[in-house]
Amino acid sequence: MIPQEFEYDAPATLQEALALIADGERKVLAGGMSLIPLMKLRLAQPGHVVDIGRVAELNYITESGGVVRIGATATHHDIEMSAIVRGKCPLLAEAAGHIGDAQVRNTGTIGGSVAHADPAADYPAALVALEATFRLVSASSDRTVAASDFFVDAFTTALEPGEIVLEIQVPVEDPSEGYCYAKVAHPASGFAVVGVAVRVKKAGDTITMARIGVTGMSARAFRDMAVEKMLESGVEVGQATALVGEGEQANSDLYASCDYRTHLARVHAARAIRTALTRAS
Amino acid sequence: MATTIGKPDLLVGKSVRRREDPRLLTGTATYLDDVKMPGMHHACIVRSPHGAALIKSINTQPALDRPGVAAVFTGADIKNLGAVPCAASLPGLRVPHHHLLAQDRVYYQGHPVAVVVATDRYLAADAADALEVEYEPLPAVTDPEKAIAAGAQPVHPEWPDNVSFTFHQEGGDTEQAFRDADVIVKQRITSQRLIPTAMETRGVVADWRPGEKSLTMFSSTQIPHLLRTLVAGILGMPENLLRVITPEVGGGFGSKLNVYAEEALMGFIAMRIRKPVKWVESRRENFQATIHGRGHVDYFELAAKRDGTMLGLKVKIIQDLGAYHQLLTPAMPTLSVLMMPGLYRFKNVCADIVGAFTNCVPTDAYRGAGRPEATHGIERMVDILAAELKMDPVELRQKNFVRNDEFPFPTATGLMYDSGNYEAPLKQALDTAGYTALRAEQVAARQQGRLMGIGISTYGEICALGPSIALPAGGWESATVKIEPTGKVTVLTGASPHGQGEETTFAQMVADALGVSIDDVLVIHGDTAVVQYGIGTFGSRGTAVGGAALFYALEDLKAKMRKFACMILETESVTLTGGSCICEKTGKSVSFAEVATAAYHAKKLPPNTEPGLVATHFWEPPNFTFPFGAHLVVTEVDRETGSIDIKRYICVDDCGKVINPLIVSGQVHGGVAQGLGQALWEEAVYDDNGQLVSGELTDYALPKAHLMPWIESSHTCTPSPTNPLGVKGVGEAGTIGCSPAVVNSVVDALSPLGVRHIDMPLTPEKIWKLIAQGGQA
Repeated sequence: MIPQEFEYDAPATLQEALALIADGERKVLAGGMSLIPLMKLRLAQPGHVVDIGRVAELNYITESGGVVRIGATATHHDIEMSAIVRGKCPLLAEAAGHIGDAQVRNTGTIGGSVAHADPAADYPAALVALEATFRLVSASSDRTVAASDFFVDAFTTALEPGEIVLEIQVPVEDPSEGYCYAKVAHPASGFAVVGVAVRVKKAGDTITMARIGVTGMSARAFRDMAVEKMLESGVEVGQATALVGEGEQANSDLYASCDYRTHLARVHAARAIRTALTRAS
Repeated sequence: MATTIGKPDLLVGKSVRRREDPRLLTGTATYLDDVKMPGMHHACIVRSPHGAALIKSINTQPALDRPGVAAVFTGADIKNLGAVPCAASLPGLRVPHHHLLAQDRVYYQGHPVAVVVATDRYLAADAADALEVEYEPLPAVTDPEKAIAAGAQPVHPEWPDNVSFTFHQEGGDTEQAFRDADVIVKQRITSQRLIPTAMETRGVVADWRPGEKSLTMFSSTQIPHLLRTLVAGILGMPENLLRVITPEVGGGFGSKLNVYAEEALMGFIAMRIRKPVKWVESRRENFQATIHGRGHVDYFELAAKRDGTMLGLKVKIIQDLGAYHQLLTPAMPTLSVLMMPGLYRFKNVCADIVGAFTNCVPTDAYRGAGRPEATHGIERMVDILAAELKMDPVELRQKNFVRNDEFPFPTATGLMYDSGNYEAPLKQALDTAGYTALRAEQVAARQQGRLMGIGISTYGEICALGPSIALPAGGWESATVKIEPTGKVTVLTGASPHGQGEETTFAQMVADALGVSIDDVLVIHGDTAVVQYGIGTFGSRGTAVGGAALFYALEDLKAKMRKFACMILETESVTLTGGSCICEKTGKSVSFAEVATAAYHAKKLPPNTEPGLVATHFWEPPNFTFPFGAHLVVTEVDRETGSIDIKRYICVDDCGKVINPLIVSGQVHGGVAQGLGQALWEEAVYDDNGQLVSGELTDYALPKAHLMPWIESSHTCTPSPTNPLGVKGVGEAGTIGCSPAVVNSVVDALSPLGVRHIDMPLTPEKIWKLIAQGGQA
């Protein structure tokens, strides 16, 4: 890697980190799996990088009061393997297992991933389907934002200058729920061409609750509440999912045109729901 | 002392583990970027961001003003040096003068424009960013068919038709064959541009010693000796004052069978700044500025009788050359022509090539080099003919194979196939697959609406490149074997292995021939100051040509060993075995080391014998070798998404005798991986402005371990009569056999929808659209 020259700080405490980034001029590095490739290509040329990877107080996974709390620097591997995550919000563990490769999962962090807001990242689909909230802090503020409000556009989030993602808060899933993350991985990058995260509850053959998060299809991950409602009101799975992403401006690239991408999102939404239904009790 | 003479275990034919691997796997090997020298500077190359543009001005001052910058060079500085060489010659070939750095115009994205040299790699990169080049962008042309169409933008203004050459080759009487035909099938078939993507990018370290007036150049290359000769020519220096050393080379696949501007540039820079200089290519540069492979648009016509007898083939090849000729660029499609008859008996071939300039990086040899394109075409055409005739593609192939009693078989394209038994690997593949049952399964699958396909390719190859008549700089190979005074054995091979494992296979051969332990054998390659001249490693020639040279050198040396041993043991004949020379009559023996010492101390010499134990052999192959095989692929296509699942991959390769089955397996697996890459995922895509859109590994999909199917690999063995080892070569077989088998399988899966051909790569969207449109492309 031959980046441009930059200053580098690795604070040991959250307080120091927030002080360093307070002016909003410095770039935060959490795991580096997104930022470093951009710096390598000189597509990002930050003058000053603040590495929060050594802030011990940001690295945790706990559960209390029906909420799983995940510190910003928990790695994808930590999340994939965490007994708490696997037990209480398994959809997130399943999505984490789809990220990149083992090296990326061992180094990349959930805080870094969501703050980067790559439109083809895996987590956002799961986090919007899980109705997670993000705790955002700066030297002078502390607030929470719903996942579906956090992702604003491609590489754009609700973070204000000087703020970092401190914690991801995920409501514990009902043990009777079924879940599934279905992904079409780009054969080169491993990113999601589309990724669909679903949660369902059922009573007999009837879907009583559905949550659908979609990533990769458009500029930001979104929750498809219209299709959720159709499923909850008894519309057949294939019929309902044929409308996934209706009205979204689908991405197009060398690998998948917008039509094909939309089609894939719908096919995989149907497959994810059918798998989730088999897992629901 | 009497010795019991037993036959020791021979190593040739055994899966000896690669002796190279421990150092490669533990990070203790020396690759180019590991080479460091005192005072070494670093070069960073400023490249054109445009596919075509005029250079209006270059301002080097902002770069020179940066800290640590020692020098900046532009086109003006190298104007009087030699050009990047093209060794291939064809009648009427137009060869653009290929300066080391662009002059007033750039012809492709990545075209080198300037070099910045600094004390540190980071400072060099910063300074390169600071250098100012003013361009006037021009329209570009990147599609070879559009390039040769009327009114296209000229790549080189002096040749407005963008035609570098045309080439015609004909054997037999194709017109008559087509008149005699009951059926003629036609198809346009492309072999897309591929990016070779060796794991190690290119790199050069050059060190000028002013006192000696000598230049030492480390380069990640497949051809150290040819590089020496040609770079010395570019720089105008005596060849024997240039030493080329290849450290470990992390993959080449043909992309390092070349002489690049950067190699000569680093030599030039080292002389000018009088310091060692290093340049290591980034991955993005590797994609933009190292040769690409393939790049064919081919129009095939195959003529046959109603009973399936194939009569003749016509092909028009449009070769995407890129903007320049690299070392062998224009020769690639001529190799395709040679391969056109495949494994079949028909004697009428008519081929026309148009070499088209485009605003892209040059194409050149990539694993298979012209032969995969031909094999893909002919094996697709056979399937298209089978569909037309409603024949089983297996039966059609069997009907047309060259028969076992017809070898050596002269082909319509002027080759002499050395040996073959084409039925054998096909039968073995069919038996392994359970072909009849598979076809029954397919009928059942289709009744359920599933898209299951069975695809076969029976491929041939031209290996062991080659007789010197066929290669611009000679096609022989050299070997020296030295028995050192202590009895250790050193081999110097002119081949330049870079992953093929000759440090192991050649040592196996030596151990067997001399009866010594493999641990006493060292194989040295890739240093022009140490190793006698050689041609290099490419075209599946390392063992089939280099190994044969070694065989003959060993023969000479054994004879000399025997003379010394007979003298010492006062006998008439001895056997070399178990590290000793043994007189079978008396049972007396003398150790290898003792014989070696006697040969070097030379107190007493056998009659007419010189001291020392060294033998060198330069071996000229009398012919190519012609491996062959059959690949059978079972696929299932997901009707909803168009994605392809490879259910089974069976390959039966006949590469003649096998020295090391483990290494041969590795070659087959790697070759199949790259064949799958072409069939399913890879494609170098330039947009209309000449921007390489698939410019990074995040866009360009290489085969990865988790995408690979299980490969059921086996062999038949038809020894080659061309060389004393009976080997044929296997480096490219997997790649050549693979892509048509995969495409044939997917076309077979989609044939109920009326699909008859699909161009590579078979991306899911392409397949989905075909399904959605009911098979109509």
